[in-house]
Amino acid sequence: MYHAISEYVPVLILLALAVGFGVVTLLVSFLVRPNDPYPDKLSPYECGIDPFTTGKLQIPVRFFVIVMLFLLFDVEAVFMYPWAAVYKKIGWYGFVEMFLFIVILLVGYIYAWAKGALEWE
Amino acid sequence: MLALVVITIVKLLVLFAFTMTCVAYGTLAERKVCGHIQDRIGPCYCGPRGLLQPLADGLKLFFKEDITPSEVDKPVFILAPVLAVAPPLLAIGVIPFGESITLFGHKIPLVVADVNVAVLYLFAVASFSVYSIVLGGWASNSKYPLLGGLRSAAQMISYELVLGLSIMGVIMLAGSFSLTDIVHAQKHWWFVLTQPLGFLIYIVAATAELNRLPFDLPEAESELVGGYHTEYSSMKFAMFFLGEYANMVVASAVGACLFLGGWNPPFAFLSFIPGIIWFLIKLFFIFFTLLWIRWSWPRLRYDQLMTFSWKYLLPLSLLNIVATAGVMLWMHRI
Repeated sequence: MYHAISEYVPVLILLALAVGFGVVTLLVSFLVRPNDPYPDKLSPYECGIDPFTTGKLQIPVRFFVIVMLFLLFDVEAVFMYPWAAVYKKIGWYGFVEMFLFIVILLVGYIYAWAKGALEWE
Repeated sequence: MLALVVITIVKLLVLFAFTMTCVAYGTLAERKVCGHIQDRIGPCYCGPRGLLQPLADGLKLFFKEDITPSEVDKPVFILAPVLAVAPPLLAIGVIPFGESITLFGHKIPLVVADVNVAVLYLFAVASFSVYSIVLGGWASNSKYPLLGGLRSAAQMISYELVLGLSIMGVIMLAGSFSLTDIVHAQKHWWFVLTQPLGFLIYIVAATAELNRLPFDLPEAESELVGGYHTEYSSMKFAMFFLGEYANMVVASAVGACLFLGGWNPPFAFLSFIPGIIWFLIKLFFIFFTLLWIRWSWPRLRYDQLMTFSWKYLLPLSLLNIVATAGVMLWMHRI
């Protein structure tokens, strides 16, 4: 148990190092760079003209459909990981189980395809 | 105990320095390779053959004025670049660069954290990369970054799914999530030979995850100006690129571990060359392939990109899993 936990201590140090690197870099550049703002420079970019709407656009609903599909399929992928790790030990039983699971997955996949959820006109 | 602490800290620092050097010289390699592919010579003024170019770029970016547009959501705007560099630096910690070496009487494994669920850890950490782009695009409060961020969200989750499925065959053959075990399992046969389809899908999906051409729709400059980083300047801008190149290093290292046999030499009689050299050769080979792909293919359309992932790569990777499972059964006990 002690060993299992201690494996993650370097990961924690690495996390501190990674975040620290980002913060220190931004801080150093904050200290050394010139700073000369004026309103025209600070306006949002829009090919040289004054922006005439806010930056928040309406988002096409297709993006949400993709996210829902992702959630479904990704949960199934997560289910496959432990199966893959022990597949050598469970043999035929595992093969039939996963085959049935993928068939069920395919039915849903074909349904999504037929409904046009995968189309991006 | 003290020796262990010192060794770990030294390893961390060496790894950090190695990654940062790779990132700096990755940008130079990109420009040099691009130059030669386009029949130019690339950067050549800073130092001999342009070797000091990354240093000059870094200095320049430090001294550039940093413009924070008036409309942005400031905390998130600053958080996004930090989120871009942190995940790849975290991920590189579980990569085994070679077998143990003995130094001053201590046996030192060439991996900082030999986590037994390294593959899961890598995917968990790598999926954080999408946050930096989406948050950066959203916090900019401007049209082009928002569009770039949205596209990137949809693209990265679609290809992340395929990426996760493409390595399933490797896990089945090795029977472990530990990268060290996976490399040991490739002593005789590299998994690129038994999993060629998985390797191809891995390379394609990794290119898309890294937002590189031909899948760089989040920043497509011909229609989105610069995509998610349009409003970024100075070091904040540079950190997105640090993150991208560090991600490339991680993707190459993982590809080398999972498919190209890690530190194993290609033939047994070449085993006098240290494993770490073989590992680095494989790492840079995949890195070069990524550069090569970028400068050889035109950009896809966004609908083509999404269709390619959902209608072709996803069924193919499922087929790969079933086929691998079937062949394994047939080979072992019929």
